[in-house]
Amino acid sequence: MPVSPKQARTWKHRSWVAFLIVPPVVFMTLFVVYPILSAFAYAFYEWRGLARGEFVGLANFRDVLFGPTMAPVVWNAFLHNVYALVALMIIQNGGGFFLAWLLYKEPFGFRFHRVAVFVPVVLSTIIVGFLWKLFLNPNFGLINQALYTVGLDSLAKPWLGDSSTALGALILANAWHFVGFPTLVYLAGMQRIPSEIIEAARLDGTTEWQLLKNVVWPLVAPSTTILFTLLFIGAFNWFEIPYVMAGLDGSPFGSTDVLGLVFYRTAFGNQSASIQNFGQGSALATLIFLFIVVFASMLTLWLRRREIQF
Amino acid sequence: MKTEAETLHGAAQPRPISFAFLAQIILIMNSFIMLYPVVVMVLSAFKTTGEIFEHPFALPDFTQVQNFTRVLGETSMPTYFVNSIIVTGVSILLILVLGTMAGYAVARYESRTNTFILLFFLAGLMLPLKLAVIPLFILLRDLGLLDTRWSLIVTYTAIGLPSAVFIMAGFLRSLPSELEDAARIDGASEPRIMWSVMLPLARPPMAIAAIQNAVPIWNDFFFPLVFIQTDAYKTLPQGLTTFMGEYTTDWGMLFAGLTIAAAPITLLYIALSRQFIQGMTAGAVK
Repeated sequence: MPVSPKQARTWKHRSWVAFLIVPPVVFMTLFVVYPILSAFAYAFYEWRGLARGEFVGLANFRDVLFGPTMAPVVWNAFLHNVYALVALMIIQNGGGFFLAWLLYKEPFGFRFHRVAVFVPVVLSTIIVGFLWKLFLNPNFGLINQALYTVGLDSLAKPWLGDSSTALGALILANAWHFVGFPTLVYLAGMQRIPSEIIEAARLDGTTEWQLLKNVVWPLVAPSTTILFTLLFIGAFNWFEIPYVMAGLDGSPFGSTDVLGLVFYRTAFGNQSASIQNFGQGSALATLIFLFIVVFASMLTLWLRRREIQF
Repeated sequence: MKTEAETLHGAAQPRPISFAFLAQIILIMNSFIMLYPVVVMVLSAFKTTGEIFEHPFALPDFTQVQNFTRVLGETSMPTYFVNSIIVTGVSILLILVLGTMAGYAVARYESRTNTFILLFFLAGLMLPLKLAVIPLFILLRDLGLLDTRWSLIVTYTAIGLPSAVFIMAGFLRSLPSELEDAARIDGASEPRIMWSVMLPLARPPMAIAAIQNAVPIWNDFFFPLVFIQTDAYKTLPQGLTTFMGEYTTDWGMLFAGLTIAAAPITLLYIALSRQFIQGMTAGAVK
């Protein structure tokens, strides 16, 4: 390092380094570390509106996980988060992988396609949710109009109003919104594969599918690890698309309820029942947080093990 | 045109080109699905509600801009727009200033605390601050920042800072030390070396850190929903929900509002797509 030990010890030098390092660290402590530690602490107290009451131990956690009013809602929502994770892993990340492979070969117009696939990623979720809500409208929505046009009237339905299709519709809207992200991360991963490896496999006469399955997929494992971890965190924090497209109550009949909505309703109330419970809200946030940290790190470690060095 | 060119070219080598042909169809379909909703939104913004329902697919008369003038003249959208620019701009500025300070200290000066400081910021990179929104809400209330633009600015800065520290430290560490040694021999002070020698070289990572944070901040919806009540301080995504509640049946107005909200970031993306893609995937691409 360029600075000699003698120089480093001078008061002037130290105060300069402190001037650089102290403001960012203080800022992070105040607005990240302190709130996160407080979130754990708050979960052990009873709250009356915005005022902290007495210490109640694990009562809030018990209410959230096993209480007669909260628990069924929480577990129902958790299940929907799991569905969303699995479905998005296949559609969004899996679809991204195949799109990346098509772009990797640099076909005619690939620059245009690469820009196009990422356009929805930069749009606000409010806009995306609103547009898809319109397209899925039962009366004049594009999807049903298209089905009528091709004579498949029987398939047309109120997608967001039917509890059997609403969650699936939200998942597809989310996939449309974000598929560009895994696509371009995978594309960057594929471009890092040494071209000799792919050339060698080609010369051996492997089919396209074998090449993809036995060569490309194992070699982009680092991208898979990162994308899966990000999707995992995103799926259990899912809030915006369900809020915009299905509303705060996860309508119809809680079929689109997810943990993010339950957390928001518990902590900040909603129009129909404006009771806020910061204690139960904090307990739920703590549980989601611990779940994400524990499972995301376990999965990341497991996925890391199957990565190949090259 | 595209597909014809491909098939003509493919006459000599049938097998690989048939795959290329299929790939081309999939890519064109995919790009169509990706762009179609956006195109509908923009075209409908130039139509009246009646025209939207009667001729949903027709090209509009682009000189018919009364939806836009009404959105800008009659609604709070201009206020939301200005708020979004202020909040995003100030947040990015703070992220870059604080991120460069910490990144520079960690990268250019050896210290026993460096590892600790990097781990400290790494923790911030992993933790979703959304889940700490209750204590953040109370903290901002106690600081008197709740229901102001500052509540959003400090939150976004806190979220964006860790990644900026890593991007800046990673780049600044790669700069050769001969540069600063030469300046040091010439008698330049440490602040002077940082400002005049090192930082002018650090514009590319600053651009990446700025872009990486600009899109999520511009589009964020969750924190305004919790922190902001006063209409005059709402940013675009939150303001749009208010706006959509007021004009539920005036489709032309709705689409014009959405188009105005989407325009800045989308146009910027189209103009700087390479930098945007690099910036937004920077965390996931080594």
